[in-house]
Amino acid sequence: MLKRLLSGDTPRSPVLTALLLVILLTLAFAPFLLPGTKSLETAARICIFIVLVASYDLLLGYAGIVSFAHTMFFGIGAYGTALALSSTGPSFLSIVWGSAAGALVAALFALAIGLFSLRVKAIFFAMVTLAVASAFAVLVSQMSWLTGGEDGLNYKIPRELTPAFKLFSAKIFGTSVNGKVLSYYLVFTVALCLFLMLLRVVNSPFGRTLQAVRDNDFRAEAIGYRVVWYRTTATVMSAVVAALAGSLLAVWLRYTGPATTLSMEIMIDILLMVVIGGMGTMYGAVLGATLFILAQTYLQGLMGAASSAISAVPVVSDLIAADRWLLWLGVLFILSVYFFPTGIVGRLRKARA
Amino acid sequence: MTTEHPILETRDVTIRFGGHVAVDHVSCAFPRGTLTAIVGPNGAGKTTYFNLISGQLKATSGQVLLNGADITRASVPERTARGIGRAFQLTNLFPSLSVRENVRLVAQAKAGKGFDMFSMADSHIELIERAEHVLAEVRLLDDGDRIVSALSHGDQRKLEVALLIALGPQVLMFDEPTAGMSVDEVPVILDLIRTLKQDMDRTILLVEHKMDVIRSLADRIIVLHNGALVAEGEPAAVIAMPIVQEAYLGKVPEAAQ
Repeated sequence: MLKRLLSGDTPRSPVLTALLLVILLTLAFAPFLLPGTKSLETAARICIFIVLVASYDLLLGYAGIVSFAHTMFFGIGAYGTALALSSTGPSFLSIVWGSAAGALVAALFALAIGLFSLRVKAIFFAMVTLAVASAFAVLVSQMSWLTGGEDGLNYKIPRELTPAFKLFSAKIFGTSVNGKVLSYYLVFTVALCLFLMLLRVVNSPFGRTLQAVRDNDFRAEAIGYRVVWYRTTATVMSAVVAALAGSLLAVWLRYTGPATTLSMEIMIDILLMVVIGGMGTMYGAVLGATLFILAQTYLQGLMGAASSAISAVPVVSDLIAADRWLLWLGVLFILSVYFFPTGIVGRLRKARA
Repeated sequence: MTTEHPILETRDVTIRFGGHVAVDHVSCAFPRGTLTAIVGPNGAGKTTYFNLISGQLKATSGQVLLNGADITRASVPERTARGIGRAFQLTNLFPSLSVRENVRLVAQAKAGKGFDMFSMADSHIELIERAEHVLAEVRLLDDGDRIVSALSHGDQRKLEVALLIALGPQVLMFDEPTAGMSVDEVPVILDLIRTLKQDMDRTILLVEHKMDVIRSLADRIIVLHNGALVAEGEPAAVIAMPIVQEAYLGKVPEAAQ
């Protein structure tokens, strides 16, 4: 049963299993385990990014396609939901049709880009996605009458998902079950379902074919697979899932803007999360997203505290000043790529074998 | 049954790369159930001719016909679906996947299940069984779980042939199947080719340098030289021709291969 749910793709390493369980359970009970709004924000962000990164792994790790347009698809989903919520009011119906419309637009974009440019060399596809994504980001910031430009969109979400709504008055473990908690569980449940779906896709005949195409597209053609169609389908599927992750973000944040969805910085973060976690493993997305976001959220504070604690030491305290956190993240990244070229998951699995 | 047409035929097939004519008006018919050896010195255009038949290259002019139907413009997967299969000269496998998975992927392609997204690949038992069956034929069954990139060269060549057997096409193209194999492994491959030809009535095209292999397997030889077909016929007769002696055997000592 569990094996079926994981599509026969078990973690295959005791340490990895333990880590994944800790992450799953923490996320599942986050509203009750972790105090404060900041930690709940972080947990929701982790859920959303796990899906986003996993959908990128389908493309990069399984199909061997490098795309820089993943945040564009993420943004299309977010803006679809945001526009629906601001135009047809804060109802669940708006969320559903907005997300569906976003996913559809993302699919059409991906189909067009894929058919147009996946026939030729991989580098050309990467360049096309970079160009299209940059153009899209500029377009969104210019069309301020529709998208709110650089300021983005603020909108209302259904009352049942806001902190003002109380499911019942009693508290569980000192936490009142309000709309924010419900909203979190919406994010968590959808993210979990999407992740399990992706896990199934990569272990399906289709997923295996993608790996064959990644390994040797020339031979894949010669045994009868139409490589362009497989690559395009993978691109479309990954775009749709990224768009749905964007919709989750739009609902969770009640705000959608270029900086939270479309920026190149997020694109690079996604790349780092896939590589740190381990390409072509799916579980790598879980570890990569979790570690990266935790570092992003808490490293700064941690370093600030450490810096002031040893403020007497001249050079070292400067080196670990709070605003140097990106430097250290960079160092961590270089070290992890150097020592674990197959990512954390690859390393853990190898340790067992 | 329409046995009028030869199963495979090329008519004046030509390909130019800039000013260089790599294959020059080659017309040749391959009757069903025969094994034709294609010989010629290095650079004669044998592999290019293969590429024109299996579709990796498209002819500048001329036609390629399969069962009488024009496939000159057809893509590689289309030709594969119509029954042309090829084993490659330089081993051309899926290196990061297991031996079994390589063969299973061929069986999966043949079953048309490549776009099945929501079932588990390993739940298609019949494809795995098919893969195991083929691996047993090429004596690689015990290596099923190994990753291809870790295999010896000889085993990779065997797997190359296994992929072709799993595909089970009407026309099988072997491009130097025994190149770089150890002496004791060669007979395994040759027996397989013999079985394919005799028991399964398949049409086989074989690029080969070793004359003893050609003598023991081929029904017919065609000779390419500078891209043109210069001789064809029974093995003994062709090998005896002066042009073959000069163009082929004279220039390419066995030891160099």
